Amino acid sequence: MTEELIYQSVSPENVNEWFMACEESEFPENGGLCISFQGLQIAVFNFSRRQEWYATQNLCPHKKQMILSRGMIGSDGDEPKVACPFHKKTFSLKSGENLNGNECALATYPVKVEQGKVYVGIR
Amino acid sequence: MKKVIVVGNGMVSYKFCEKLREKASADEFKITVYGEELIPAYDRVHLSEYFSSESTDLLLMAPADWYQEHAIDLKTGQLVTSINRDQKTITTHTGISDQYDYLILATGSRPLVPPITGSDKKGVFVYRTIEDLDQIIDYGRKVKRGAILGGGLLGLEAGKALMDLGLKTQVIEFSHRLMPRQLDNAASKMLQQKIEDLGIEVYLNKNTTSINGNGKLTSLGFSDGTSLNTDMLVISCGIISRDELAESAGLEKGKRGGFKVNSQLQTNDPRIFAIGEAASYEDMVYGLVAPGYDMADVVVKNLLAEKSFFRGADMSTKLKLIGIDVASFGDALGETPNCVPISFEDKNAGVFKRINLSPDKKKLIGGILVGDAEQYGMLLQITQNEMAIPPNPEDLILGSRGGEPGGNAILDLPDSAQICSCENVTKGDITNTIKEKALTDLKEVRACTKAGTGCGACSPMVGDLFSATLKSMGHTVRKTLCAHFDFTRQELYSLIKVKEIKSYEQLLNQYGTGDGCETCKPAVASLLASIWNDTILKQDTIQDTNDRFLANIQKGGSYSVVPRVPGGEITPDKLIAIGSIAKKYDLYTKITGGQRIDMFGAKINDLPKIWRELIDAGFESGHAYGKALRTVKSCVGSSWCRYGLHDSVSFAIEIENRYKGLRSPHKLKGAVSGCRRECAEAQCKDFGLIATEAGYNLYVCGNGGANPQHAKLLAGDIDEKTAIKYIDRFLMFYIRTAEPLNRTSVWLNKLEGGIDYLKDVVVNDSLAIGEELEKDMQALIAAYHCEWHRAVNDENMMKKFRHFANSDDSDPTQDFVPMREMKKPAEWGITK
Repeated sequence: MTEELIYQSVSPENVNEWFMACEESEFPENGGLCISFQGLQIAVFNFSRRQEWYATQNLCPHKKQMILSRGMIGSDGDEPKVACPFHKKTFSLKSGENLNGNECALATYPVKVEQGKVYVGIR
Repeated sequence: MKKVIVVGNGMVSYKFCEKLREKASADEFKITVYGEELIPAYDRVHLSEYFSSESTDLLLMAPADWYQEHAIDLKTGQLVTSINRDQKTITTHTGISDQYDYLILATGSRPLVPPITGSDKKGVFVYRTIEDLDQIIDYGRKVKRGAILGGGLLGLEAGKALMDLGLKTQVIEFSHRLMPRQLDNAASKMLQQKIEDLGIEVYLNKNTTSINGNGKLTSLGFSDGTSLNTDMLVISCGIISRDELAESAGLEKGKRGGFKVNSQLQTNDPRIFAIGEAASYEDMVYGLVAPGYDMADVVVKNLLAEKSFFRGADMSTKLKLIGIDVASFGDALGETPNCVPISFEDKNAGVFKRINLSPDKKKLIGGILVGDAEQYGMLLQITQNEMAIPPNPEDLILGSRGGEPGGNAILDLPDSAQICSCENVTKGDITNTIKEKALTDLKEVRACTKAGTGCGACSPMVGDLFSATLKSMGHTVRKTLCAHFDFTRQELYSLIKVKEIKSYEQLLNQYGTGDGCETCKPAVASLLASIWNDTILKQDTIQDTNDRFLANIQKGGSYSVVPRVPGGEITPDKLIAIGSIAKKYDLYTKITGGQRIDMFGAKINDLPKIWRELIDAGFESGHAYGKALRTVKSCVGSSWCRYGLHDSVSFAIEIENRYKGLRSPHKLKGAVSGCRRECAEAQCKDFGLIATEAGYNLYVCGNGGANPQHAKLLAGDIDEKTAIKYIDRFLMFYIRTAEPLNRTSVWLNKLEGGIDYLKDVVVNDSLAIGEELEKDMQALIAAYHCEWHRAVNDENMMKKFRHFANSDDSDPTQDFVPMREMKKPAEWGITK
């Protein structure tokens, strides 16, 4: 089974389980952390400037590196994005689409924050 | 406390208030302003813009609350009808009476309405106030065409207004040419042609004798028996001072009206001053705003007992009339006997230029520009400052055609040259303000110096001066950072420094848009570090991943670690320490090109442990992960080498320790060679020193890499102290002015004037910033800290060195394969 098949987007309505990732206070401002979940690596981003949360696969599809949680986040127009530290491939945090090339899209996951805890929605 | 009453609330009145309040508080001078109009002072010079915007707010000199904020009591809709000089009081038309210590008459003027029968008919207007404009707009909407009486400056302004209303516009001029006071026949013809091309009809030699129509105007009659059918008429052929108060108050008037004033702008009552179009100085009424502002300034100074005099004013002017640039300066018409005119006419482009030389052909005394007035500012300066003119004076209007440029670049002007005549701002005022306040925005230059805020004619010149000054500071092309910051790196450098901005968020909030990106974040992070040299981990998420984890990311997501080895000198104990640490954490080791040891394959979770051990062994961060000083390479030098002239190792160590931790637009490498055999390869470094018999030769701006470039000689045979001084200046100048991620070689290639200019700045201190650059460098050096020392001693920082937030495990996908008794990362894309 290839990595791309393992990481599959979850839409808010398909969430079966909200997995508690970690404390909200552990997150950096405008940055991400990597969460281990049943062998998967999920990058969770605290986009504090926009008061938004996002989660994607941690794997950059370009060179198959487990790295995206360490990427810089920002915006392209209004589109929130993350840039891979390796080669600056950028991906939409909303749709997971590659914004500056033809890489595969990232899987994205819903995030919710309740009582100081950050949850990632999984199937 | 003295009480000042200002009668009238026009541009000059406003300027008077502004200038007085700048210098004196309400405790010293209480100011009350009586304005006849209902709205506060507005910009009459740009009145025609009202036709396109119909917004008074845009034209206001200052919003109504400005007066309140500055403790100025503004009473609008109050016409002052009498002055009682004995009681020192004024009375308004509503019966308000008020007492003054000083009275300033800034009543302005009203339009001259020639005695033509029928001027009371419907459809006849004057062009002076916003009320006039409202009426013109109202009436204009119902008709198809309109005539302007007067083909001078004001008339053509009004013509533009009618055109903007969509009316067929007819301009009627008494003289045989348009703008007879400013333009000669040829210039006037060119202007006329251009105006007619826009669809405006021009009627010259027309003495209007009657305004005909049954109740409302339908046609105009002229003395030559002809007539012109039209729907409305705007009279705009001159001004008359508003001096109605003179007679009853016993104030003297000038021959052509206006309150007669002396050079201190006092009327015959020394407590009563007159300024602007209301004043008559030596029987002259000045209808331009610049002399009015001068007068305001003179009166303010006299009130504060600083002697100041008004000595008449230059009537040079530059305007955009109906979208056509027209300028006239000095002796425009060439009335000086035996003066020598040079003119140039291009009917194709619609350009006419004329300059008048003094009879001895050595000075410029005046001129005219139509269609292209770009050179106005420069020509006016040359005229007013009696500057030398080029050997071929025609170059002044034609530009240099081959050969050496004609000179007279804007920076050649004397510091005393007046650039903005409205606000009396000199070239020196502008350039000094730009330098002292590190201004990077033309708007700021305008705000700080007020240059270009009056009539706006000098705006291009202020802009040129701004660019030229910035250019002289090493700034060449305006290349903005990214979509989030409409500023160049150099501009942001100044903003951060001047506004003392300490965080990316603060900068983005104040000067940026959006949420930032992977281009501006590290660029700003670098700037913040180059300016404040604070711990970069305080803002870790704006750093590139190398800076964020203080190590170099490698294939597979592991990091490499490079401790500093200044000058490449290392003790056996330290070698052993590196060896045992590398062994313990299973690191691949390699000697780098910069004479140090790189340890690869460190897991992110191990970085703090590795560094704890390195620090215990006496190491510091090598900043291999940063756009910062990397190494200063050295040859073995005179201590050991039989050829060595100086101790290159000691000097390299000193320099490396001096600049360690210095962050810059790109990485920096240095080298010191002990003799001309150049074993340290100093000529391919950002700064390199080669020992000579007499000292060192300092080379700069070289690099290896993708585009190798040899360094260039900056200074020869200098001692160590001088070398350090020059390197300080050179590096700071580079840090200040380079674009992001430009190495020194690329920066030099873009620097106008190249190495000669750089020599001038660094060695000759031509910009007089040498001391400042050294001081800035000293501050950075003083703020040096080893980032890893800080990190390992800070629990919160240490927490960041984990792969997972919810587990202490290392990345299980990270994989290495054996290679020559050590390891290397698995190939891209092969994950466990």
